[in-house]
Amino acid sequence: MGEDNRPPSLDNLEERLRAARRHRGADSQQNGTLSGGPPGMSGLGWALRIGVEMVSALVVGVGIGLGLDWWLETKPWFLVVFFLLGSAAAMLNVYRAAMGFGLAVGYKKPDDGGLGQEDTVQGNNAGATGEAESEDDSEDTEGER
Amino acid sequence: MASPIEQFQIHPIVPIHIGDVDLSFTNSALSMCISVAVASVFLAFAARRRALVPGRWQVMAEMAYEFIANMIRDNVGDAGRRYFPYIFTLFMFILFGNLLGLIPGAFTYTSHIIVTLALALTVFVAVTMVGIVKHGLHFFTLFVPSGVPALMMPLMIPIEVISYLSRPVSLSIRLFANMMAGHTMMKVFAGFVVPLGAATFGIGGLAPIAMDVALTGFELLVAFLQAYVFTVLTCLYLNDALHLH
Repeated sequence: MGEDNRPPSLDNLEERLRAARRHRGADSQQNGTLSGGPPGMSGLGWALRIGVEMVSALVVGVGIGLGLDWWLETKPWFLVVFFLLGSAAAMLNVYRAAMGFGLAVGYKKPDDGGLGQEDTVQGNNAGATGEAESEDDSEDTEGER
Repeated sequence: MASPIEQFQIHPIVPIHIGDVDLSFTNSALSMCISVAVASVFLAFAARRRALVPGRWQVMAEMAYEFIANMIRDNVGDAGRRYFPYIFTLFMFILFGNLLGLIPGAFTYTSHIIVTLALALTVFVAVTMVGIVKHGLHFFTLFVPSGVPALMMPLMIPIEVISYLSRPVSLSIRLFANMMAGHTMMKVFAGFVVPLGAATFGIGGLAPIAMDVALTGFELLVAFLQAYVFTVLTCLYLNDALHLH
């Protein structure tokens, strides 16, 4: 505050608003960097995150196993099976977290569709037509996919 | 000396019992009400003037708005904009719970797994519903990994389902564990101050105090970071549900 003596220039406000709206549709290049966790994450934070990923999948697997055993009275068998499946899911979670895939289930590599392609589609549309239309376009293509 | 985990105890303020159900208004519920009130007052007060050249409060509110709006734009795209109110509310609720919990003597409701699990399950159910409503049964192709031979499918699909179901668990454990660990650690160090000071004529008490000062700063960072992580993961899950790869 305290800058009241210098009035802000409103001449190019429209233009700036338009630029901001265009930015809204076009700027999604940061997809990859954010999904791997915050950039400044410490080693401890990273370790905790990996640990939590592992434990949670195991918890779910063992929980399903125990639940099915309790329901169907097949004491150890479902527990054994789902413990192994849970371990596999834990490894999968850790792998995805470590590779910066986010936590996408069934994730494809960026080069064969998925997030990567979406970036270019949105970017091209915004560059070619600009403004509001590009937003509608990109939303449509997302709907079709 | 108070136990380091005494701060997490829940005790009723207004006991309400309906049948066998304990619906008491607890200190946890009180602190939730307080943080909702503080967040609402903060945003209402900041938006009161709607100046073109924003004042301090308005800048803070706009920064919060922009932060979440950019997060949704970067992680979900334009389709996610209609979910802004929910994600923003979620962020503010967690952030204010974390921050207000740092005030000495305050209760931190995000350090209770039942609270974070309820938040995470709400996100999980909502995101799954969004996916099913938008894509119908096609949504379940989410569980079919690409490039896997058909022979492996009976093995891979349960693994993917477990991986999917583990999302709310990991989401809730991460927030709860961070908050609880931080607050316990601060209390443990604070517990050293008096005994150590008494043994060394007050000099030794300075070390744990310095540690607690540093930890308070660190906890501020964690409060922001965990609110951010919870929200950004919500965005990523939403992205998965909206744009099946």
